[in-house]
Amino acid sequence: MSGSADLNRSRSVDWALMLYVVLAYAFVFAPIAASFVFSFNSDRFPSIPLGEFSLDWYRAVATDPLVWEGARNTLFVGVIVGVVSTALGFGAAYTDYRYKFAGKQVYLALALLPPTIPVIILGLAMLAYLSRINLSGNALSVIISHVVVCAPFAMAIIRLRLSQMDPALEPAAWNLGASEWMAMRHVIVPFCAPAILGALFITMAVSFDEFAVAWFVSGLNETLPVKVLGFLQGQVSPRINAIGTFVFILSMTLVILAQLLLSGRGAKLADKE
Amino acid sequence: MRRPISLYGLTFSLPLLIWQVLFFVFPLLFLVALSFWTVKNFVMSPDFDAVNWTTMYDRAVFWQAYGTTLALAAAASVLTSVLAFPASYAIAFKMSETTRRWAVFLMVIPFFTSYLVRVYSWQIFLSDNGIINVILGGIGLGPYQMLNTVGATMIGYLTLAFPLVVLLQLFSLVFIDRTLIEAAHNMRCGRLRTVFEVIIPSARTGLVIAALFCFILAFGDFVSPVYLGGGEPTTLSILITDTTKSGQQWPRAAVIALTMIGTLMVVAFAAVKFAYKGKSK
Repeated sequence: MSGSADLNRSRSVDWALMLYVVLAYAFVFAPIAASFVFSFNSDRFPSIPLGEFSLDWYRAVATDPLVWEGARNTLFVGVIVGVVSTALGFGAAYTDYRYKFAGKQVYLALALLPPTIPVIILGLAMLAYLSRINLSGNALSVIISHVVVCAPFAMAIIRLRLSQMDPALEPAAWNLGASEWMAMRHVIVPFCAPAILGALFITMAVSFDEFAVAWFVSGLNETLPVKVLGFLQGQVSPRINAIGTFVFILSMTLVILAQLLLSGRGAKLADKE
Repeated sequence: MRRPISLYGLTFSLPLLIWQVLFFVFPLLFLVALSFWTVKNFVMSPDFDAVNWTTMYDRAVFWQAYGTTLALAAAASVLTSVLAFPASYAIAFKMSETTRRWAVFLMVIPFFTSYLVRVYSWQIFLSDNGIINVILGGIGLGPYQMLNTVGATMIGYLTLAFPLVVLLQLFSLVFIDRTLIEAAHNMRCGRLRTVFEVIIPSARTGLVIAALFCFILAFGDFVSPVYLGGGEPTTLSILITDTTKSGQQWPRAAVIALTMIGTLMVVAFAAVKFAYKGKSK
C-alpha cells in the first residue's frame, strides 16, 4: 500500500487541511489580485464597492515622464545586471563543478551568501563604499550592487543544470582531442544553454523588483521600484497598482520563459544535441 | 579531475571572486571602518574614534528599537512557521505529484511581484475605510483601526516570508522517509502524535532553516514597519534609514548595521547548530 493512501485516515481532517491550503493561497494572492483589480478602478482612495472601470491610472503613469525615466533606468540596469550576473554565476558554477581547491568553502560562501544579508545593511554599506570610491549616485552603482545580489541566483540555477550532466562527457571530449576551450564551447555551454537563459531571465526579474539597495545608491538615477517607494511615501496613489500590474506581467513573462527553458522543451532539445 | 590551476580555470573562477571581494566584502569591511569615523559640521572625516559606538549604545531609543526588532522578528518567525506548517504538510502529503508541482509554482510567483506593491495593496485592505472594514461594517461591526498597528506589521512580515517558509518546509517534508511514517501508523501511533514525534523531528533541519530565513527577512525589513505599522514602534531598520537619509550620520548608521549583522550571525549560528544537532553531515 502506498504511503499516501495509508495516511488517508480521516476525511474531515483532509478536507480541513485542503481548506487551509486554499486559505493560505488566498492570503498570498489577495494583495496581488487586489492590486490588479484596483489598477482599473476609478476611485482615488480604493475600497469596495468598486468605482467605475477606468484606465486613468495607466494614463497617469504613461504620461508621467518620471515614470518613463524610471522604467528606462530599470530596463537598462536589469539587462546589464542579467548579463553580468549570469556570466559571473556561470563561471562560479563551473568552478564548483570542475575544480577542487583549498579555500573552496570560502569561495562558495562568497558566491552564495550576499542574498542573506539584509538589503538595508547592504544598501548602507554599498552607499558608503561606492561614494568613497566616487561611484555612487548613478546607474553604474545600482548595477554593481545588483550584480552582487543576483549572481548567486545565476550560480545556483546553472550549478543545478551542471549536476545533471554526465561527468564523463567533458573528459570524453578531451580524449577525442578537444582542447579545454573547445570542450567548453561545444559540450558545456550547449548543455547549459537553457539554464544560462533561465538564469538571465531570473536575474533580470530580481533586479526589476529590487528597490532597497537601489534606493540607497541610485541618487538621481532612480529605477522604477524606487519611484514606487516614492509614491508610497507621498500621498496614497493607485498609480502604484498600475505600475505594479505592469511590472508583474513583465516579470511573470520572464519567469515563465525561464521555467519553460529550464524544465520543458528547451532542456530536452539541448539534451538531444 | 585534479589539474593544476590554469589560465582556463582562472578565466571562469576569478571574475566572480574579484567582483564579490571588491563589491561585497570590501563594502562590509568599510562599514566597520566607517563606524569609527567622526562627523563634524555635516562632514565625515576618517578617524579612529569610538564615539559613534558610545553615543549609540548610550541611547535608550537604540536599545528600545533593538528589543522591538528582536521581538518582532522572533514573533514573525514563530508565527510564520506555525501558520505555514499545515499548508506545507498538506501539500507534501495530501497532494498528487501534479497538483504539488502546481502548488509549488504558485508559491514561487510572489517572489516576482513587487513587495512594495503588495504592501500598498494591504493598505487597501486594512485602512479605516478599507475592504475589511467595509465588509465588517456590512454586518454591523467596526470600524476597527488595523493599519498602523503591530498586527499590520506582522501581516507585512507574513507577506514577505510566508511563501519562502512554505517552500523551505515543503522541501524538507517531501524528503522524509515515508516508511518511517508508515511504521508509526502500523504501530498505532495517532495522526497528531505522528506529526509531532516523527515528521517534525525528521524535518527539523528544514523547519529551523525556514524559520531562520523568516527571522533574517523580518529583522532587516523596513517597508512593513513603516507603511503598515506606521513607523511605531521604531525598529532598527527604520533607525538606519532615518540616520542615513536625514543628515550625514552614516557612521552612526554603520554602528546600527554592524550591531544587526552581529545579532544575525549569533542567531544564525545558534539556529544552524540546533538544526544539525545530533546529525553527522
